Amino acid sequence: MTEERLIISRKTNNKFFLMIAVGVVLLIAGIIFMAAGGGAEHHAEGHGEAAAAGHEAVSWTKRLFVNLWLNNVYFTGIALVGTFFVAVQYVAYAGWSVLIKRIPLALSYFLPIGGIVMLVVFLFGGHDVFHWTHEYLYDVNDPRYDPIIAGKSGYLNFWFFLIRMVIYFALWIYFSMWLRRESNNEDLNGGTNYYHKSIRISAMFLVIFGITSSTAAWDWVLSIDTHWFSTMFGWYVFASWWVSGLAAITLTVIILKQNGYLKMVNSNHLHDLGKFVFAFSIFWTYIWFSQFLLYWYANIPEESIYFIERLSGNEGHYTWIFFMNLIVNFVFPFLVLMTRDAKRQMIMLKIVTIAILVGHWFDFYLMMMPGTLRTGAGLGFMELGTALIFLGVFLLAFTKGLSKVSLVPVNHPFLEESVHHHV
Amino acid sequence: MNKKFVLGIYDDEDVLLTAIENIRAAGTNIYEVFSPYPVHGIDDVLGIKRSRLPIVAFFGGLTGMSFALWMQIWMMGFDWPMIIGGKPHISLPSFIPVTFELTVLFSAFSMVITFFIVSKLRPSLKVNVFDKRSTDDKFVMAIEVKDGVTNMDALNDLLRSNGAIEVNEKEVVK
Repeated sequence: MTEERLIISRKTNNKFFLMIAVGVVLLIAGIIFMAAGGGAEHHAEGHGEAAAAGHEAVSWTKRLFVNLWLNNVYFTGIALVGTFFVAVQYVAYAGWSVLIKRIPLALSYFLPIGGIVMLVVFLFGGHDVFHWTHEYLYDVNDPRYDPIIAGKSGYLNFWFFLIRMVIYFALWIYFSMWLRRESNNEDLNGGTNYYHKSIRISAMFLVIFGITSSTAAWDWVLSIDTHWFSTMFGWYVFASWWVSGLAAITLTVIILKQNGYLKMVNSNHLHDLGKFVFAFSIFWTYIWFSQFLLYWYANIPEESIYFIERLSGNEGHYTWIFFMNLIVNFVFPFLVLMTRDAKRQMIMLKIVTIAILVGHWFDFYLMMMPGTLRTGAGLGFMELGTALIFLGVFLLAFTKGLSKVSLVPVNHPFLEESVHHHV
Repeated sequence: MNKKFVLGIYDDEDVLLTAIENIRAAGTNIYEVFSPYPVHGIDDVLGIKRSRLPIVAFFGGLTGMSFALWMQIWMMGFDWPMIIGGKPHISLPSFIPVTFELTVLFSAFSMVITFFIVSKLRPSLKVNVFDKRSTDDKFVMAIEVKDGVTNMDALNDLLRSNGAIEVNEKEVVK
């Protein structure tokens, strides 16, 4: 089989750097606006009280840290899903995906960066993102003592949280590198040993992923709304990560194909990727609705507060995002990708995958902002700037990893099956 | 009325696919090909258009969804309003599970029923089995013979030159 090397030209690389530069400029502009009191009611820095016009005063550092956290959780999830995708394909003995498997494998090159950013943001901005990190909540003699949060301190405490975070990233990075190494050695030496070993590695990773993806979702997203709880939350974050990751893989395949790479990938492979995106956008909706229905039906104050904050609460700040979330992430992919032809055409898939990637960014926005910035959240230069910086860094790491080895795993035992894939 | 068929028997999938292409290119109409299992790509070489069954599924689903919503809104909102869990009579979130189920049910049933009707599957159906080996390990290609039009020798040659291991004739009572 022919080897294919991805060449990232200096021009493309410069585009990524430009993306980062524009992001930095926007971010700084946003910070200056905020610090200078761009919005009239934003000057009340420091006090936690709501300001006159109904917008809560939020310091620019808090907004910055929450933005960093939001983007980092989102992009780390996509990177992690790359390894998960490959592991699922191995364990399922899948043949069709062999031609594209180097793309999900390369997604996880972002994981070390994500780990460092996450650590730094938690150490320096932990108080801004997580209410439960404040010491006074656990002090019985303090008027601000919170018995509910204090009751969770066995799990939610600074050191255990930090250790868990380090363990997640260590395991994820280790297994991603291990799978990559086996795959690269297979390219060089051939034989089926690497394949069988990869299946065992994948099976181990899936067990670890099953646990850590859930606990990571509790730690990084659910614990922002410390009083609230949901037994479906691990699934919910996983579904959001998974469908965004699938959309990222599909979009990369399409872009590479449009640039003349992946010559052996044809509309049959796109069809299967399209089915994945279609099915899991429905899966996400199913999880979303299952969570919503139970809380809506039971209507218990401490449970339904989560949805009230996102629907009519916070002065209706999040209402439009709440409904946009459902339209962009469910209605749009559902109706557009329903036909067979749409899944086999690059243009339709491209539009839908971009919509899903943007939509799920908003999904994470909706999970994090109401619990941290409340009415002070916005969509301005700071949000756009941070997202652009992360996107640029992610693409740099991803494309660098992708160009290290051949795009086609030349000695994979199922390569022939993938080339002749037909649906 | 009786119909006469020439049956080309094949024992290899790839030979069969190229044979179909060549025979169709030679201007011969293939009546039907029987295979013990689905063969990848046989629809394309036979020139069979894709089924329009998904359209039926879509409209069946749409009907199911409309019916479910109408049923629940009418029953819970107008015919026999009840207060359940302090919710409004017409509250969409609680209708969604039933709506989902009926959408799936209607689209599945409409597909199955349409399939039965279109393919004329009914209890009284009499099936002409051209060659029983097409349920075992042989592929059977049936070509209809038109009296006075079909050149039997040429057809025989065409089939054999394209890899048929046997060429038989069969008369079918319609």
